[in-house]
Amino acid sequence: MTEVSLAGPPSAIAGKGIGSDLQAQRLRSAWIFLAPTLLVLAMVAGWPLVRTIYFSFTNASLTNLSAAELVGLQNYLSWVTLKSGRTIYRGLLADPAWWNAVWNTLRFTVISVSIETALGLIVALVLNARFPGRGLVRAAILIPWAIPTIVSAKMWAWMLNDQFGILNDVLLGLGLISQKIAWTASPDTAMIAVLIVDVWKTTPFMALLILAGLQMVPGDIYEATKIDGVHPVKVFWRITLPLIRPALMVAVIFRMLDALRIFDLIYVLTPNNAQTKTMSVLARENLFDFDKFAYGAAASTMLFLIIAAITVLYMWFGRLNLEGER
Amino acid sequence: MKPIARTLILCAAIAGAADLAAAAEISMAANSTGKNLSFLREQIAKFEKDTGHKVNLVTMPPSSSEQFSQYRLWLAAGNKDVDVYQTDVIWAPQLADQFVDLTESTKDVVGAHFRSIVQSQTVNGKLVALPFYTDAPALYYRKDLLDKYGKKPPETWDELAATAKEIQDKERAAGNPDIWGFVFQGNAYEGLTCNALEWIKSSGGGQIIEADGTISVNNEKAAAALERVKGWIGTISPKGVLAYQEEESRGVWQTGNAVFMRNWPYAYSLGNGDDSAVKGKFDVKPLPTATDGDQPSSTLGGWNLAVSKYSDEQEASIAFVKFLGSPEVQKARAIQLSNLPTIAALYDDKEVAAAQPFMPNWKPIFQDAVPRPSAVAKVKYNEVSSKFWSAVHNTLSGNGTAAENLELLEVDLTELQGDGW
Repeated sequence: MTEVSLAGPPSAIAGKGIGSDLQAQRLRSAWIFLAPTLLVLAMVAGWPLVRTIYFSFTNASLTNLSAAELVGLQNYLSWVTLKSGRTIYRGLLADPAWWNAVWNTLRFTVISVSIETALGLIVALVLNARFPGRGLVRAAILIPWAIPTIVSAKMWAWMLNDQFGILNDVLLGLGLISQKIAWTASPDTAMIAVLIVDVWKTTPFMALLILAGLQMVPGDIYEATKIDGVHPVKVFWRITLPLIRPALMVAVIFRMLDALRIFDLIYVLTPNNAQTKTMSVLARENLFDFDKFAYGAAASTMLFLIIAAITVLYMWFGRLNLEGER
Repeated sequence: MKPIARTLILCAAIAGAADLAAAAEISMAANSTGKNLSFLREQIAKFEKDTGHKVNLVTMPPSSSEQFSQYRLWLAAGNKDVDVYQTDVIWAPQLADQFVDLTESTKDVVGAHFRSIVQSQTVNGKLVALPFYTDAPALYYRKDLLDKYGKKPPETWDELAATAKEIQDKERAAGNPDIWGFVFQGNAYEGLTCNALEWIKSSGGGQIIEADGTISVNNEKAAAALERVKGWIGTISPKGVLAYQEEESRGVWQTGNAVFMRNWPYAYSLGNGDDSAVKGKFDVKPLPTATDGDQPSSTLGGWNLAVSKYSDEQEASIAFVKFLGSPEVQKARAIQLSNLPTIAALYDDKEVAAAQPFMPNWKPIFQDAVPRPSAVAKVKYNEVSSKFWSAVHNTLSGNGTAAENLELLEVDLTELQGDGW
């Protein structure tokens, strides 16, 4: 996130030249103003992160954290060669359960963020139009986002229940299904159930961020296109979309970071289902349920690295494209 | 005058200090399942009145695994805020180091409790928790349907399958399309570990990991037991049973759509409730076995009371635990909540029998209760259980044969065991 905000103006300001004294002074005061934030961040984010990474190189267990000993990369990857000559790999990077969790997380992220972006864009365009009661609708649409995830997940768990759930009841009533579906328990539908709830919950967030972007677009451009008689679809692709692109990029990054570390929704809806177990759920399971604190710390560290890598890649590609267009 | 005054002040101070020590303030963490909390509040009021101590209740979610994670974190951090924990029967070995040894302080009362339950709470000779109430499942059967078709309650699993199939087919032909033969808990969770342990143990296939630490689960009898159950899926049990926990199977049973059900005691009083379609039409018996010679086996469940070793008020906490585990409180609990007492004598109590007529029936089921291998697997139990239920679930859903999955499980468990449990 910091890179996004720093990418533009600072490089322009930090040009060569006039009054390097002034420049230095500005830099100094910037650091002074930043210091408290950095200090707090180091305490609440930096220190736990460093400790987690440290524990991932030890054999720590939750009941005896202080006696942790360094074991090198054993939690990540280790191998032994048996007498028969066969080599056995162990550790997180050789654990099929981990790779399954990585795959689930990536699949969930790509599908959910794509749907949410598309729906959010549509909702934002609708809300950007002038119609009576617009303020009320704008407020109402935020309700799913305002409900805490744990509450909405539990609420949906009841609605998705195969025996008493309203969803099965409605679908049966409409004749769309012939027998009750065990949404959250069946391996085929578990991921669909999670996606439904996530899209319901976070589309308003996307819509809000995109709407903010839409309102920055100057109205006279649209007036000009109207006079020139440009087709509205063309206006959308050639004018609206390029102009809200920065807002869209930021919204997608926010959602992507959130989706990659998704935990609460899945923990409530489908905790033991191999089809929906994500990296965070797997890390928690090892940290607290199983007696493998160090292994869970390794999983958390990998999760951190994967998110960081994906974010950097995304921003890099995003910037390349932007500059290509200019 | 002066010395006297000083003495008086000193006396007052000592008396005050003694008073403070006597009236301790303790906290208990307990789950919010059913009416547990309101029952505890009622008992706490009595305890506070009798002893002058004050007890705060820390409310926890009903899910056992969520409680476990939270407790583990608190105990790992040496939390002093919670003195008494209500603990699941399988937790004792995993949390043993964090709790006070109750052997000495409860030796006057512990003899009255079922030995198998006390055993399950004893780790390396240390009594980790005092039994509070217990759970042991049984076979529920529809008396009316068995009578209608001239069948006896089954003694073996094959008999159960045959009876279930026959009644199910005839009932369906007679215009009852929704009926199924047998429902149990087949979802991939702790409940499946309980169910599968019963199938395997009652077939002479051991109990996953034996008391001496040997991994015994990969054997022909265990594989045959799982293959037998696999044959039920889609024939006498709905395919959806692989997603059922306790409440889902009770849902099918209580609407009158199952001939047999495996479940815990709580379903007995609910099944005899006014809104139940099977009210007065069913009875319970111990679970079947593979052959007539095998021992019937029910998995031991239930809850216990432990005192944190980080507590500053251990004495008052132990007094409170002994109060909650006493015959009086257990009797009240049995009558009000239909939870099973852990004290053998209460099963012959007339008032308990009058309020919960099923309870005396449960005594034989206790005698054969099988503990899950939590005592031997200790801190690794949760992982053992997770691997076991995954192997069973894979087998039942047709993902590999029982023999293949159990062989893999043995490899996994051996690796998990490492140098020792």
